Amino acid sequence: MEPVVHLRDAVALLGRFPALAGVDLDVARGEVILLRGPNGAGKTTLLRACAGLVPIVRGEAVVLGTDLRRDPRAVRRRVALLGHASGLYDDLTVDENVRFWGRAARARRADVEAALRLLGLDGRLRHVPVGRLSAGQRRRASLACLLARRPELWLLDEPHAGLDNAARDQIDGLVRQAVRQGATVLLSSHELDRAQALADRVVELVAGTNAPTGAPVAAGDGEAARPGPAGAGEIADAADVAGVAGAAAVVGSSAPEAGASGGEATHVA
Amino acid sequence: MWRDATLVAGRDLRVELRSRVTLNQVAPFAVVVLLLFAFALDPDRGVLERATAGLYWVAVLLSALLAIGRSAALDESDGARDALRLSGLEPGGVFLGKTAAVTVQLLVLEVLLGAGVVVLYGAEPAGIGLLVATCVTATVGVAATGTLYGALVSGSRVRETLLPLLLLPVLAPVLIGATRAFEAALGSVPADGWPWCGLLAGLALLYSVAGALAYGVLLEGS
Repeated sequence: MEPVVHLRDAVALLGRFPALAGVDLDVARGEVILLRGPNGAGKTTLLRACAGLVPIVRGEAVVLGTDLRRDPRAVRRRVALLGHASGLYDDLTVDENVRFWGRAARARRADVEAALRLLGLDGRLRHVPVGRLSAGQRRRASLACLLARRPELWLLDEPHAGLDNAARDQIDGLVRQAVRQGATVLLSSHELDRAQALADRVVELVAGTNAPTGAPVAAGDGEAARPGPAGAGEIADAADVAGVAGAAAVVGSSAPEAGASGGEATHVA
Repeated sequence: MWRDATLVAGRDLRVELRSRVTLNQVAPFAVVVLLLFAFALDPDRGVLERATAGLYWVAVLLSALLAIGRSAALDESDGARDALRLSGLEPGGVFLGKTAAVTVQLLVLEVLLGAGVVVLYGAEPAGIGLLVATCVTATVGVAATGTLYGALVSGSRVRETLLPLLLLPVLAPVLIGATRAFEAALGSVPADGWPWCGLLAGLALLYSVAGALAYGVLLEGS
């Protein structure tokens, strides 16, 4: 099966600085990959490059069957990137933001409603301007905008940052839910225990590059993240995810330490 | 593209309705500019009356700088530019939508300023049709050029000062055409203003088409 992400010796520049200096990566459909590495290793750049926001200037880069170097726009509408910024408009309400981005992506109205419901934003919060939300609520609103699009590839950059445990559990539940529906996930997180519990594989980056595959360094069981038929079914309802989130908390508490057994891991020097 | 333009225009106008920046900041600024012109030239009422058309459009352009800066800043906030690039919206549609929203805001402002020059400067409009046509065509030209240049300077750390520096010279033909058309509409021979209005319509079309074609490149580059 064709990989969802295929990078070979991929190089990306930020200015004249090679933020990615020859990265290899293959991600199969339905996999959850944790990108790990010190600050400045290139995790964020790699996620943004996979979204088509940072141009790959050398090497091979195919995402969702599309050559990123030729047509990044064709990839963008099929991926969701949760970055450090929210992409929300402070003066608009949660409802208006989610509807705007949903309509921009040609999302179905039912999916927009389901996303709001799933993130617990269908009550009082729905009509609150985003500028008045807490960081966690803002993150949820941002996720709802992405969820409504039903992306095939999730790119999550520090999705747990600045959130309380309940919100982190909710995000983990969403990841598992998305993967069950056929999506693929690349995430970076400094919450290693939690992220490794989600991940099938860990890819470590150092100074914008990686090393030959093979050395297992960490693994999550990723057991809740088994893919179902792509695009099957509706977005789960809130109760469904609440249950998954609960399960995630249990899995997280017993997650293996780095280096413990589980799925395959790739150590990049 | 038109669907995307409608969506973006609706968003920008909704943000404006919520924030009321045009109402609470740009409009008072425009009125203050008109008042300052009146204070400066009032001792010679004849000069004020003869210069009404030019003063009106200078006030419009200065106020437009604020509205355009605000419109550009909207898509700079908290990752909105990346979200736009990932959204699947047609860049040409985004450009036309933003242009339409700025046009609507400026037209509202121009009505207010029109009342201001009647009260403060004693202007007596004769050709209402020409005045309206001039306002619409000139405003589309200003909004289209402003939206394009707003995107051009958006990646710059000095965008607030760079925008007027780049934009005002480009808008000189619009200022000249609109002033001449207004002079005709406020004078006794409104028919003399229609060729100027035609020039403004041509400029508006040119700037709009160029902007719709170039906006995608600017969105990627900034």
